[in-house]
Amino acid sequence: MDDKATAKTRRALGMGITYLVFALLTWVLFVPGTTSEQLTTFTFNVTAGNLPPIPDLTFHTLTGIYLMVALAALAGVWQLTKGFKNVYLILGLVSVFFVLAFLAWAARDKSMNLTGMIGATLLSSIPITLAALSGVMCERSGVVNIGIEGMMLSGAFMSALIGSVTHSTWWGLIAAVLAGGLTAALLAVMAIKYQVDQIVAGTAINILTTGLTSYFSSRYLQTNGALNNPPTFDRISLPLLGKIPIVGPSLFNNTLVVYTAIVLVFLIYWLLFYTRWGLRTRAVGEHPRAADTLGINVFRMRYINVILGGMVAGLGGAYLVLSSVARFDELMTAGKGFIGLAAMIFGNWNPIGAFGASLIFGFADSLQTKLAILRVPIPSQFLLMAPYLVTMIVLAGVVGQSRPPAADGQPYEKE
Amino acid sequence: MPPVLELKGITKRFPGVLANDHINLTLNEGEVLALLGENGAGKSTLMNVLYGLYTPEEGEIYVRGKKADIHGPNDAIALGIGMVHQHFMLVPVLTVAENVMLGMESVKHGFVLDREDAATKVRAISEKYGLEVDPNDLVGELPVGLQQRVEIIKLLYRSADILILDEPTAVLTPQEVEGLFEVVRSLVAQGKSVVFITHKLKEVLALADRVSVLRGGKVVGHADPKTSTERDLASLMVGREVILTVPKEPAQPKDVVLKVENLEVMGDRHRMAVRGISFEVRSGEIVGVAGVQGNGQTELVEALTGLRPVVNGKITLDGRDITHETPRVITETGSAHIPEDRQRDGLVLGYPIADNLILNTYYLPPIASGLVMHANVIAERAERLVEEYDVRTPSITTPAGNLSGGNQQKVIVARELSREVKLVIAAQPTRGLDVGSIEYIHSQLVRKRDEGAAVLVVSAELDEVLGLADRIMVMFEGEIMGIVPAEQATKENIGLLMAGVHPEAGKEAA
Repeated sequence: MDDKATAKTRRALGMGITYLVFALLTWVLFVPGTTSEQLTTFTFNVTAGNLPPIPDLTFHTLTGIYLMVALAALAGVWQLTKGFKNVYLILGLVSVFFVLAFLAWAARDKSMNLTGMIGATLLSSIPITLAALSGVMCERSGVVNIGIEGMMLSGAFMSALIGSVTHSTWWGLIAAVLAGGLTAALLAVMAIKYQVDQIVAGTAINILTTGLTSYFSSRYLQTNGALNNPPTFDRISLPLLGKIPIVGPSLFNNTLVVYTAIVLVFLIYWLLFYTRWGLRTRAVGEHPRAADTLGINVFRMRYINVILGGMVAGLGGAYLVLSSVARFDELMTAGKGFIGLAAMIFGNWNPIGAFGASLIFGFADSLQTKLAILRVPIPSQFLLMAPYLVTMIVLAGVVGQSRPPAADGQPYEKE
Repeated sequence: MPPVLELKGITKRFPGVLANDHINLTLNEGEVLALLGENGAGKSTLMNVLYGLYTPEEGEIYVRGKKADIHGPNDAIALGIGMVHQHFMLVPVLTVAENVMLGMESVKHGFVLDREDAATKVRAISEKYGLEVDPNDLVGELPVGLQQRVEIIKLLYRSADILILDEPTAVLTPQEVEGLFEVVRSLVAQGKSVVFITHKLKEVLALADRVSVLRGGKVVGHADPKTSTERDLASLMVGREVILTVPKEPAQPKDVVLKVENLEVMGDRHRMAVRGISFEVRSGEIVGVAGVQGNGQTELVEALTGLRPVVNGKITLDGRDITHETPRVITETGSAHIPEDRQRDGLVLGYPIADNLILNTYYLPPIASGLVMHANVIAERAERLVEEYDVRTPSITTPAGNLSGGNQQKVIVARELSREVKLVIAAQPTRGLDVGSIEYIHSQLVRKRDEGAAVLVVSAELDEVLGLADRIMVMFEGEIMGIVPAEQATKENIGLLMAGVHPEAGKEAA
């Protein structure tokens, strides 16, 4: 018991120091470049809905930064002397202080629309979330899926094509999900039946879908506008929730695909940890031979999971077309499948964790756009690193290593 | 009443091997049948046939007098046959209850897990058979003995009444073995029938009602444990007379080779595991370290071989201070190490035997000159050592992981003892090995002693220490309870020292 207690004290100490480091970083990074006269304005304007306007928030930049420094330092001192109950929650808060100080600094002498950023963050995170969920489903059952990018791409292509031909968002959506599932079935056959190296098989899927969609796109979709003009889903404002000040219009006035993605996060979490299917999936991903000796069909579980995962990735592709730009472009997934894989790992192969990681990536994405408009005096590439740096510090230093399923990527062979 | 289980003429072939050759076997209700045989005798194959993991080429299986068709674990489970595999089939990240119900889950509304219900069932089984374990613990955090309980609970949860235990004691400490025997007796008392696969003679005599002996894939005999001796069973199992004691001349100790002074070593959990011990090992003697596992022996060996930092004290090997040296320097100074966990620390399982044989000399001439390794030298050396140390392998390019435990250990012994060494440190050198291999490894250690090496043997098997050592050092809670010359050592006085009690006789006889 005393050993456990020691480990706990050490972690408590480490956390306290981490909070203080955040305070120091905030000071060192943002105070020197700020003068005492500079002002920052945060606005909360909403274009949609008939909501009463919310007054802008204007403050001295330096005051704001010092406030954040003070809050983080206070958390550190409190942790070192008294200790918090939920250290990870406080860690999250301290990271938020850091980000707020950063925003105040970036928007000094200017104004920044925070409400817009919340909405943009969510929208950028949706395709990443769906990709990450796809990865979680496959890898929990023990199949590494590098081909998510390709599955999204085929989903996006088919949703544009079928959506245009049928003039129906629904048929486009169904086509995308089926295309994702079919692509995944190809991976499943290669990885499970023929035991091809799963990294190679996934890469082959990516190359294949890139080639096929690009060819058909340039040959037909780009030349014939009628084939690349799908309708898009309407935004649905949820009753009551949509009226919440500041966040309501950004979060609860979105398309069906966005809501579906968020529901899927919690649904897949529940399925994985509270149902028979989930227990078997995790067993197959951790110790397939043990599952086999208990009469569970390892191959069948893996096929089901990979194909379902592919369908989720296909939905991610459909989002890019039917909920966003309303057309297919070559390579339009732009690496979101891979970022989704990173989010899955950061989220420790847990759907909710993956969603959280996706939000951080989505925030980084929306911040880039924002900072470009604000013309912050440092190269945008450097600014972009900030959220990732925070993520890396938090994950590598404090939360500890994430752990993949034990049999992830290993083909199963009966004796 | 027909027997619970009857195997008739079971034959199973693997490419190049006849693993089971027309095997007949009978198991009666409420008895423990020991299936005795050396590694590779075909015991596990036979049981995998019974459990539906292998399909036999010939033969029939009768369960309770009815002919049974077993094509997979599901069929076996349905017939009430359950198996605890040698390597546990548990998912470490799941709880006890989840592991137990996996494949036959407690559910509500058709597919939602009912963990409460599963935990209740596990508790009921625990109580009925004396298999105490918390259903909500994570399996990966349980000690091996408890994990085995979970495996047994898994079978009982499936209402198995024919239980197959495949080498269940290989991974257990002596105390855990006793606990397992209690459980098996309680199972049999409640009408279950047990097939107990082992190669350990003592266990057979202690537990079994009947013994069937397998050798080379055939049943070579049956025995009644009440009227048999270890020697009878050993000869039946090995097929020749076996010498159970280690033949050796009295030791001729000479100069001090290993000198340990006030050694302190930290354990894994920031707790001092070795608490200021001092001892010497001389050239030409074997010092045996006895003690219940977990009393600092592992940490002592790791400190002596440079694998674990020394907190305090001094280690001198052949006059040289090696307290803070690296394993390579210690190896080059003339120390050989046969590690406790041969698969983790002794071999690279994926490497061929030839490469495993040069793991500590690969950079030295004649094997290498500069960056180049000489394949022909390595191959010649491997052929010679495989021959000399009697490693049974198809070829020197076979991965070490494909060999049986005994042959893996022989590869390590060949690598470590074929060099000129001044000190041999052997930790649990015969754990999990069959009689023939044990005999061989003991004789090699004695040979090395007679050639003038100092030998330190750490073993949890008291018989092994008593049979092999010239002096016996007993460790308890990181300290030396006493060092006893072999001629004064008995099971009783060493056993008391192992339990932390100073007996009147044989105290501090060093």
